[in-house]
Amino acid sequence: MRPLTEDETKTVFEKLANYIGRNITHLINRPDDPHCFRLQKDRVYYVSERVMRFATSVGRVELMSLGICLGKFTKTGKFRLHITSLEILAQYARYKIWIKPNGEMSYLYGNNVLKAHVGKMSDDIPEHTGIIVFAMNDIPMGFGVTAKSTADARRLDPTGIVAFRQGDIGEYLREEDTLFT
Amino acid sequence: MAGPKSKLGRKARTKQGPVPTLDEFRQGVLDPRKRAQQKNNDGESRKRKREDKGESLKNSRKENIVFEKAKADLFEVDEKVEKEENVAREDDFYVFGDEEDKFDIDEEEIENDNGNESEEVYDSEDENEQGRAMFSDDEGDQDMLDAANQQGLAKAFKDDSEDEEAVEAEGEADEFDADSDNEGEADEFDVNSDDEFGPGDEEDVEINVDSTITNVLPSGQEVETPSNVPPDIHISRTRIQEILNVLDDFGKYGEAGRSRSDYVAQLIADIANYYGYTEFLAGKLFELFSPREAIDFFEANEVPRPVTIRTNTLKTRRRNLAQALVNRGVNLKPIGNWTKVGLQIFDSQVPIGATPEYLAGHYIIQAASSFLPVIALAPQEKERVLDMAAAPGGKTTYISALMKNTGCVFANDANKARTKSLIANIHRLGCTNTVVCNYDAKDFPRVIGGFDRVLLDAPCSGTGVIAKDPSVKTSRNEKDFVDLPFLQKQLLLAAIDSIDANSKTGGYIVYSTCSVTVDENEAVVDYALRKRPDVKLVETGLEFGVPGFTSFRGKEFNHKLSLTRRYYPHTYNVDGFFVAKFKKMKAKEQKVNGTSTV
Repeated sequence: MRPLTEDETKTVFEKLANYIGRNITHLINRPDDPHCFRLQKDRVYYVSERVMRFATSVGRVELMSLGICLGKFTKTGKFRLHITSLEILAQYARYKIWIKPNGEMSYLYGNNVLKAHVGKMSDDIPEHTGIIVFAMNDIPMGFGVTAKSTADARRLDPTGIVAFRQGDIGEYLREEDTLFT
Repeated sequence: MAGPKSKLGRKARTKQGPVPTLDEFRQGVLDPRKRAQQKNNDGESRKRKREDKGESLKNSRKENIVFEKAKADLFEVDEKVEKEENVAREDDFYVFGDEEDKFDIDEEEIENDNGNESEEVYDSEDENEQGRAMFSDDEGDQDMLDAANQQGLAKAFKDDSEDEEAVEAEGEADEFDADSDNEGEADEFDVNSDDEFGPGDEEDVEINVDSTITNVLPSGQEVETPSNVPPDIHISRTRIQEILNVLDDFGKYGEAGRSRSDYVAQLIADIANYYGYTEFLAGKLFELFSPREAIDFFEANEVPRPVTIRTNTLKTRRRNLAQALVNRGVNLKPIGNWTKVGLQIFDSQVPIGATPEYLAGHYIIQAASSFLPVIALAPQEKERVLDMAAAPGGKTTYISALMKNTGCVFANDANKARTKSLIANIHRLGCTNTVVCNYDAKDFPRVIGGFDRVLLDAPCSGTGVIAKDPSVKTSRNEKDFVDLPFLQKQLLLAAIDSIDANSKTGGYIVYSTCSVTVDENEAVVDYALRKRPDVKLVETGLEFGVPGFTSFRGKEFNHKLSLTRRYYPHTYNVDGFFVAKFKKMKAKEQKVNGTSTV
């Protein structure tokens, strides 16, 4: 376990900024309970500093997880968000798409968001921007990136893709073997 | 010897009716060894008559009757169980003495076997001693081993007598006679069957079989089915009920010349046969209860426990969750008054482990029994808590939820593969205050200590969750009940040592297992109390549950063990479980209590 280097921090923050924009400052400045980012075996964790200090007692080999896992660095140095980061993304989400109950299961099985399934969405989402997907009762379901801007999406036919799926909570079942070490 | 008249009377009382036993017994009679015996007693003619009977007719009749009888048995509830209990255990305990009286004729042989057997048992003990060299004074284990030895011996005797019987049953008439003489059984046998012929107004066949059942019922050693013949569960089923009736009032119904332990041994053999346990495990579980209650326990192990879920209070409330699930076509209700977060699922139109609410971490599927140790632990906000054997995370996430994501929860599991599901559940349920590590839990005070509370849900034999995992019935042997308690003792000491005695709010350890045996529970707790004088047992804070044993089959435990709680499938419809809560005392408290020996 170690803090992120300058480059790594930059990569991670750029990625996060896609989804939460300037709200990223809320992640860093938490005067009541300071949090930090830590790297452990390719994975980036976002964790309270108090918990982090206790975790320093645990050896590198034995430490499996701490706090919330945001995602991992790929071998090529890119940063990939995991569905486990949804808790934070949803909290500070900038652009949101809500999907209707009849589209929930389709989305949870790993499909993209279709126009027919969109219940409502934030205004003025640009094209190719990170969005958080919610169910109509405000349960966060996943995140993705828009295929069309809000304006364009209005003109789309019902089977057209509004947003590409990047992560959904169905992965907790589908990817259990690979997602967590 | 009991008079023939009284014998008949007893039979009439204890049986449900003459016909079912007849038909059920027919199956046993068809087996050649039984038939040979039959020949000795009843003669050729009757046997022939019996065989002349139409097969198909009888079969259909038999099925009906067996079913009805099973039904009747099912609803038969006895109140007398309690007072019976002590006697039963005492008798169990002296099983050897009685048996030895019985088998004078083969006494030498038995004694030889006895010697061998005990040598074997001592061998295992030696191994055991080597394994735990690190703990020098280990009285508790000695006790436990003695108990294990006794078990082993009892089993040896039993096997021996069974073999003997098999030979006898196969053998000639003289051999049979010799045996009967020895047991003082033959006269009674004859008189009895004669007497049954007396009334004579019944069908020949029925009478015939009635007379044999008289011998089966009192666990007649010579009638026992040889072990290499496929066992007949219907006979076992009937005999279990018959023996239970006898054991209810042994003085009244017990056959002269037979000790209570004979009946119990036969009952255990029948239980093992009927429910598919090894005889060792059946005996081990049987001795925890009175005979009636034991049957309830074994029956309950055949029925699955209800599916229960726990609301994740970090993300939702139980009312909202229940509403959401009802809308998805799930039929549910709260588990009980003792928990505010549990829901019991009756049926569901959707898979309960794949609803959007499940994936969003609003609930976790968790057995009701595994709420209990966490409720007992009662973690407070801002504490530091250790869960020593955490996977798959049901209890860890519950602890985290009770602490409202403050403080810090260390979730450890020794099995790396199992930490996957642990991490998945922790993230799914949004527990941000956790550290997951993969140590052998015995390493613990060394890695990090000074915890406010420690939960040790120890690895165990799983005798409480047989309904969930029936492989336990056959996979557990005597060695498991030596090795597992040994591991559990080490873990419990590690748990106690990981506690900060000076914690302002805590200083508590909860020890739990999903096993019901005394070896893994009271014996372990008692051991820890002796090895660590700075801990004491405290109230678990659980509303229900049976108090733990303070003495068991000659072993005396600390009297405070009545503060621990046991849970049985047949009493509360939760998995079999055991919960004990310790408090580690500060140095000055120890002096006040005068328990300090350091």
